[in-house]
Amino acid sequence: MNRNVAPWTIHRETLVKAEDKTDPSYGCIPEERPAADYLKFGIINLDKPAGPSSHEVAAWVKRILKIEHIGHGGTLEA
Amino acid sequence: MTGVLPVTLEESRKIVQALLLGGKEYVCVMKLHGDAPKQRIEEVLNEFQGEIYQRPPLRASVKRQLRTRRIYYLDFLEVEGRNVLFRVGCEGGTYIRKLCFDVGEVLGCGAHMQELRRTRAGSLVEDEAVTLHDVAYWFMQWQQKEDVEILKRFVQPMEKALTLFPQIVIRDSAVDAVCHGADLTAPGVLSLKTGISSGSITVISSLKGEAVALARAKASSEQIFQMVHGVVAKVERVLMPRGTYPKGWRSGKTANEHEKT
Repeated sequence: MNRNVAPWTIHRETLVKAEDKTDPSYGCIPEERPAADYLKFGIINLDKPAGPSSHEVAAWVKRILKIEHIGHGGTLEA
Repeated sequence: MTGVLPVTLEESRKIVQALLLGGKEYVCVMKLHGDAPKQRIEEVLNEFQGEIYQRPPLRASVKRQLRTRRIYYLDFLEVEGRNVLFRVGCEGGTYIRKLCFDVGEVLGCGAHMQELRRTRAGSLVEDEAVTLHDVAYWFMQWQQKEDVEILKRFVQPMEKALTLFPQIVIRDSAVDAVCHGADLTAPGVLSLKTGISSGSITVISSLKGEAVALARAKASSEQIFQMVHGVVAKVERVLMPRGTYPKGWRSGKTANEHEKT
């Protein structure tokens, strides 16, 4: 594989090894999680404004949503 | 600097390491410190495609040792006076400020990063990004109406941020073992994506599409497909809380009792 190919241009096929069913009585399809879990296992694709640091912006989101823990992936300098 | 900043809430902060590893795309304005012909600028930008060496800048959050980073593409867009606009797709952890400086050195006139906008972080793209105002507004709306559809306007399941990592789908009965940090073995695997090689970071998923863990593959897609037993992937980060799925394995006392019956 050409290692200079951006990950978002790679096309992958699915190899099926075996078939099985999933029990609906536990777990949940991500898009159908109840609100509390939807937030808890959620991410925000945020358009960072210029000025504040990534860390500050994340802290603002934390305050807006009144949640305990927040993180961000890939610092964008102020 | 503006653009796509993935923000992880509560449990989803466990995927941060994967987000850091993911590729990024930026649009950048580079300011030259002298005049350079357009053709020469394009040539030099082209030279920076592929594997490059970078020493992280003085103000960096990582150890300042020389490291390699991959530039997937570096497209010249336009030049106006000494301002050069380009688009770059690169590996996570590439410093664009440093890239601009280095391009300036090769050009001979010097250059610095003037403006930067991140247009992509892994599978998250600029077109779908929401502003802080959107977050504040929709959250307030949600509090008033308590309709989960409103949450969906600004929050996505963490799985959405992991779609570029090759996926391995496992049986319900294997889920809880992985949640406890057990390595994934061949019998638990139902399907997988092509393009996995030994050492690749993969996402172990349930049949419902929930991310169970991030794991490092121990074999290639083709090998995993053929494997009947043995370790397929080593768990690096568990994402799903233990006990979400029933325990599909037995140990210690219970296992012994089961054997007797």
